[in-house]
This record gives sequence, structure tokens and C-alpha cells, in this order.
Amino acid sequence: MKLDYNHIQAAHCENGVTTGLLRNYGVEQITEPLAFGIGSGLFFIYIPFMKVNNGPAISFRTMPGMIFKRTCTSLQIPVVRKKFSSPLKAREELDIRLESGHPAACQVGVYYLTYFPPRYRFHFNAHNLIVVGREGDNYLISDPIMETIVSMSSYELERVRFAKGPLAPRGQLYYPKTVSTVTDEQIKKAIITGIKRNVRDMLHIPGNIAGIRGIKYTARKIKGWKEKLGPEKARSYLAQLVRMQEEIGTGGGGFRFIYGAFLQEAYGYFPVDELMTISRQFTRAGDMWRDAAIQASGIYKGRLGSQQDYDIMGDQLIEIAELEKKAFTDLSAVVRKLK
Amino acid sequence: MKINEIPQDPGALGKIAKEMAYAVDENGRYTTALSTGWEIKMKALDVAWEDVEKRIAEARGKVLREEASPLLYYMELKLMDVVIVSGYTGFWKWQVKRHLKPSVFNKLSGKKLDKYARLFEVSREQLTYAYLNETGL
Repeated sequence: MKLDYNHIQAAHCENGVTTGLLRNYGVEQITEPLAFGIGSGLFFIYIPFMKVNNGPAISFRTMPGMIFKRTCTSLQIPVVRKKFSSPLKAREELDIRLESGHPAACQVGVYYLTYFPPRYRFHFNAHNLIVVGREGDNYLISDPIMETIVSMSSYELERVRFAKGPLAPRGQLYYPKTVSTVTDEQIKKAIITGIKRNVRDMLHIPGNIAGIRGIKYTARKIKGWKEKLGPEKARSYLAQLVRMQEEIGTGGGGFRFIYGAFLQEAYGYFPVDELMTISRQFTRAGDMWRDAAIQASGIYKGRLGSQQDYDIMGDQLIEIAELEKKAFTDLSAVVRKLK
Repeated sequence: MKINEIPQDPGALGKIAKEMAYAVDENGRYTTALSTGWEIKMKALDVAWEDVEKRIAEARGKVLREEASPLLYYMELKLMDVVIVSGYTGFWKWQVKRHLKPSVFNKLSGKKLDKYARLFEVSREQLTYAYLNETGL
């Protein structure tokens, strides 16, 4: 059985799953940038005491699962979320949902994801996809990263739903409880909540490893990497930073471009000129992140490598932090005017 | 980023899919377009894989010098760590750590070895030093 499902490609998997599910459950207005903005997706954090794939734990977005959760909460859409200890039960629940004529999303691990190119298959367990049908033993999958619908056997799907390690999905299945429409009024309210929460996360989060202060912290760290880690390891660290920024479905510039797009869409609901001006600031920030990535690549390609080259990159991040600080401060003033 | 600046370098997604990028058009409005890849991040991914290869080679050396059990080699080969191996096999983390010692690994029961063999998708025989040595993996 194949559901009447409209596949939507997105830059990022969780945005894409949120957008795809909500659209197919009746929320016609939702787009990837709106889901990202309402879910307060923009973030920065560098967790110094944690390692990911033997490199630094850096993220340019909020915690996995939050974008879907916040977007649904803001739009007052009840969500069903289930984890399973039994793979059989996990499969049965999914089948029941599909038979009722509705798609459902699964959290999966990437390592055994058959249709992914091998070079992307690390042990990362917070990938999301939508199951949109079943034909015999094959499940039809709408993966927002892919251009079209793909398929996986029941065994292959079970394997990724029960991937092990950090953030193990434990068969997690989730979907909106009912088909529902939302009014533009609800979207407007959700936009305001999303912006306010994002301002708070970037400007006022306690500690110095997250938000704007986290970017500055990382800048200082980078300046010390050559000395502290040695050139080999520093090279790996920089490459990992660039991958987190550009590779993991960020839409470019560590999600800053998607956020710029969100503010433009917000302008469609609130014709306040500042939103467009601030959107441009985020575009600029995204461009600067990409410039920093080019600088980093000079080092990991071996073309650059002096202490001065690390310092240049650190200074680029400090400049970005200042710019984003201004953008969010402006945004926090503007959001008060939105009604 | 402007729409005409979206890089179209050969990427790791290759022919499987193009990825979506956000960029502004000539009027400053955001739009999306597909990108085949960006050389800067391709190289970053190369570096990550070079690191993996290095770790595998180091692990193999340690195993052949009998400083570690073959478990270390297969763990690195499958990009795993103790936490992940423990998750898939059901062994406690401390058990997996112990099994990394050749003296402990050599005395493991067939049943326990089979758990590792299944996880690493090799036969029980392939889990041993001799095999690692012969094939020059």
C-alpha cells in the first residue's frame, strides 16, 4: 500500500520530517524555514568534555527532536511518540499506522542506512525519516535528504530503528495525533514564540560554551588548537567543525541561511521592515561562517598551518559572534513590536 | 550566499542525490536550489575518513603485536567504540573493555565470540589473530 504522500526534499532531516508530516496532516502553511524558526532551531554549542567521532562536539542547531516538538506544541498539534523494546511491536505499530492511511516518522541510525552513500555512514543516531507506505516486505521511505522516495526491506528498517549507541532511537515512532488545519493567527503566534526563544538561547543561555558566548569560546579554543593538539589533530578538529557547519544538512553556513529565509517568511506574516534587514544580517553571518570554513580548509588541506592562520580563523569567529549578537539584539527589539 | 554562488563541485552524495541549499536571488529574496557539493566540505569528509583509516591501521598493528585483542581491530573497522559495541552485543562496557585484552579474549567462550562475529559480520575464525595475520587486512 502506498499512501498519497507528497515527498518534500529539505536541507535538514528534522526540519524536513516536521514539514513533510505537518503538510501531509493538514498544515498547509508550513515550510522548512518556518518549521526551523518556530522550533527555534538556530544555535551554537561546543561541549568541551564530550567527543563525537573522536573530534570536538560542536552543533549549530538545537538538540535533536526539539524542532518537531516545539513546532507542534506552538501550533497546538498533539503528537504521538512511542519507543519500543520489542522490534516486532515497533513494526506492528508502524503497520497499524500505515494501514489507517497516515504516514509516520521514525528516528533512525545512519550507519546501516542502506540507501545512504557509504561515506556518510557514521554511527549517528538522530536521523529522521517518514514511512509512507509498504509494498510486501518493502517499506517506502520519504527521507528529506533524498530527492525522491526510496525503499528499505523490513529487516533493513528494523536495523536502523534499533541502532545502538549514543541517542539510540529505540524504535522511536512519532506522528501528529490528528489531521488538523491551523490558522494564520496560530502561525503568527508561533513565529513570535519561536523568535523569542531563539533570542533567549543565543543571548542569555547561562555558561560560556553555548550561544553567542559559545562562538567566542570556540574562537579562543581554535587559536590554541595548534599548540595544544598538535597540527595533525588540530587538522581533524577543524575538519569536524566544518562538517558540522556545512555537511549535516545545514542548508549552508551552519543553518544561518535557513534562518535568514525564516525571517523573510515571517515578514510575509508581519510586514515589519526590520525583519528583512535582520534577515540580511543572518545572510552575512552565514557568508562569514563559510569564509571561516575556507580558512579552515586551507589548514586541513595543508596549504596553511602557521599559528597566524589559526588566529585568523579565531578572529573570524569573534567577528561572527559580534554580528550575530547584534542581529539577535535587534531581533529581540523587533519581536516586541510584532502582534 | 547568492544563488549563483552555490557551489556545484563533485560531492559525496554523488549520483544518489543533490542536496538542498538556501541562497538569495538577485532581489535579495531567499530561495532554494540543489547543489552537487562543495569542495571545502568534501575535503573535510576526506580528513574524517583518513582519520578512520589511520585508527584502523594502528589497531591492526596493536593486534599483531598482541597488545590488543582482534576486537579492537574490528571495532575500529566498523567505526565503533566501547559504548556502541556494548549496545549491540549486550555486554557491559567493562566487559567489552576487558575483552580488548588478548589474554581475556583468547579464553572467551564460543557463544561470546559469536556475538562479536555477528556484530562484525565475520565468521568466528575471522575473529582470530591468525586470520588477521594471514590476510594482511
